[in-house]
Amino acid sequence: MTSLAATPLAAVGEVGKGFIHERTGETLPCQARPNHLFCWDWATENIHRYGTPTLQQFELTVISVLIGFAIAFVLALLARRFRLLQWPLLAGTGILFAIPSVAFFLLLLPITGRGRETAIIALSAYTLQIIYRNVMQGLANVPESAKQAARGMGLTDRQILWKVELPLAIPEIIGGLRIATVSTVAIATLAVFAHAGGLGTQIYSEANLTFPTAIILAGGIAMLMALAFDVVFLTVQRFATPWRRVEAV
Amino acid sequence: MPAAEATEQSQGGASSVSYQGATKRYDDASAPAVDHLDLEVEAGEICVLVGPSGCGKTTSMRMVNRTVELTEGDILVGGESVKRKDGPRLRREIGYVIQQIGLFPHRTIAQNIATVPQLLGWDKDRIRARTAELLELVGIDPELSDRYPAQLSGGQQQRIGVARALAADPPVMLMDEPFGAIDPINRERLQNEFLRLQADIRKTILFVTHDIDEAIKMGDRIAIMHEHGKVEQYATPAEILMAPANEFVEDFVGADRALKRLSLMRVRDINLWKAPLARAGRPTSEVRAELDRPDVEVPYALLVDDRERPRGWLTARDLAGDTVPATADAPLGPVLETGDVMRDALADLLQGESMYAPVTDHNGAVVGILSVEIISEFLGSPEAKTDEHAAVERPRD
Repeated sequence: MTSLAATPLAAVGEVGKGFIHERTGETLPCQARPNHLFCWDWATENIHRYGTPTLQQFELTVISVLIGFAIAFVLALLARRFRLLQWPLLAGTGILFAIPSVAFFLLLLPITGRGRETAIIALSAYTLQIIYRNVMQGLANVPESAKQAARGMGLTDRQILWKVELPLAIPEIIGGLRIATVSTVAIATLAVFAHAGGLGTQIYSEANLTFPTAIILAGGIAMLMALAFDVVFLTVQRFATPWRRVEAV
Repeated sequence: MPAAEATEQSQGGASSVSYQGATKRYDDASAPAVDHLDLEVEAGEICVLVGPSGCGKTTSMRMVNRTVELTEGDILVGGESVKRKDGPRLRREIGYVIQQIGLFPHRTIAQNIATVPQLLGWDKDRIRARTAELLELVGIDPELSDRYPAQLSGGQQQRIGVARALAADPPVMLMDEPFGAIDPINRERLQNEFLRLQADIRKTILFVTHDIDEAIKMGDRIAIMHEHGKVEQYATPAEILMAPANEFVEDFVGADRALKRLSLMRVRDINLWKAPLARAGRPTSEVRAELDRPDVEVPYALLVDDRERPRGWLTARDLAGDTVPATADAPLGPVLETGDVMRDALADLLQGESMYAPVTDHNGAVVGILSVEIISEFLGSPEAKTDEHAAVERPRD
C-alpha cells in the first residue's frame, strides 16, 4: 500500500475533485473551525451530490458479486465433479484474494485501461474465494444419508445436485454471498483508483481527505448500503430455507 | 414412450430375486467382496442377509439396485436382468430403506414420500392420494404431512422412510439395517409393525442386518453369510436354529439358540399348567381340595372375577376362612396372553420375579398358567433341539 501516497492520489485528484472547491465564496462556520469533525450544514446542503457515486457504488457491487458468484459457482461444481481440482481452485482464488486491493486496481490499469470494467474485474476476483469456499462448504455439509437415499431412490446425479445438494447448501451459499457483498461494498470505494467512480470519489480526493465531513458521509452511505444488502440476504435466506425455521423435537 | 410409462407407473405385487453368480470385485482389493453368489429369493418373502461385518451382505444387497455395480454374473428381478435398465430407472422400481433413514431435511413429509412418484411423473392428485394412503398404512397422522423431518421422532422418521420406499408400490424392497439406529424398545415396536404391514403388502424384501435375533424375528428365510458373500446356510429361522449347517452357523447363531427358539413360539404353542380358579364367596374347602388334585400343578389358587379374569393369587391366609375373600393377599404379577411371543413371556416372568403367570385369551379370561418351570423343561427337552413341533409360523399379529 506504499504506492498509495505517490501515484494514485495524483491520478485520482482530477477525477475526484472535492465538492468543497465548487462552493463559491463563503465558508460555512463549521468548516472554518480547525478541529471540526462533521459539518451538518455542509452535509445537508451537499447530500444530493452523493446520488451518482452511490448509484455507481451499488452497480459496481451488484455486477461484481453476480459475476463472481457465476464464476465461483461453476468452479465449485467443477471441483465437486473433479475432486482433484478442489485444492488448486481454493489456492488460486486464495491468491487473488490476497492481492492488496489498491495494487490490484493499479496493476490492471495498463491491461484493461481506466474505467468500470477494470474495477469489476478486480472486485469480482475478490468475491471468488469467499463464494467458492462457501458453496463447497455447503455441499460438504449435505448429510451423506440424504445423498445415499436419493441415489438409491433413482435420482440421477444431476437431480441429486439440484434437488438435494444445492437446496441443502443454500444457507452456506447465501452466507457466502452476504460476506462477499458486504466486503465488496467496502472494497468498491477503492474503485476510484481505476477511475470507476463510486463513493470513493468522495473519500480519496485531495481536498476531501482533509475534510472529514465528506469522508464520513461517503463512509456512512457505504455502511448503510452494506447493512441493507445484509438485511436483504438474511430475509432471502429465511424464506428460502423454511425447514430451518421449524422447531426440532 | 406411453407403453414404457404405463409399466413404470404401476407395478404392485412382488417379484422374485435371483442371484446368478453375482460377483463384486473392487479394483483395490485382492479378494472379491462378493464371490459368485447364487441365491433365490421367492416373491413375497422376507429374505434376511445376516453375517459379521465385512461379510459382503450389504454389497450383495446393493448390487440389486446397482448402487454397487456387478463385476461379474447377474441378478434377475422378476426374471429380468438388472443390467437391462440404466441405474436410476431401475432404482425407481425398487424400494430402498437405509439405516440412517436419509429423509430429505428440506422437504416436508409429504414431499419426501412423493419423491419417486414425482420422478415417475405422476400427476398431483394421484400423488396426494397415494401419500395419504401411505401415511395411514404406516400409522402416521396425516396432520404431520406438512411438517419437516426434524420435527418428527426417530421412530416416526423411520416409518416415513418405509412409506417413501413404498410410494411407487415397488415389487422389491431393499432394507439395509432399517431399525439399526432405533432404540431397543422402539425397534421392537417398529419390527412388529413392519411385519404386520408386510402381511398386507407381501413385498419381496431383502433385509440386511448383523443381528441374528432380528434375522430370526424378521426373516421368512435367512442367508447366513461368512465372508466374500459366501452363504453358509440358507433356510428358515427354525431350520437354522434346529439344524445349523456347520460350525460357523452354530457359532454365529450362538450357544443360546434354544433360547432364541422361544422367539419363534407363542404362549399358546406350549402346554400350560392348571391352577384352581376361585371366585369370591366360593367355599375354601373346595379350593383346597382342588389344590391337592394331581393334575393341578400350581400350588396356589387364582382369584378370578365372574368373567374369569384374573384378580390375584390366593395365599394360605386367604384360604384360612370359610369362603374366598373378595381381594387376594398376593399381587397378581404379570398377566400373559395366548398370542404373546414366548421369549417376551419369559422376560415378563423374570422381570416380575414371578414363578407363575396367568395366561388369558383375547377376552381376558384365564386359560392356563405359564411357569418358568414349563419353559425351562421345554428348553431342556430333546424336543427343543430336534423336533419340528416348535417350527411354527413366524409371529405375525
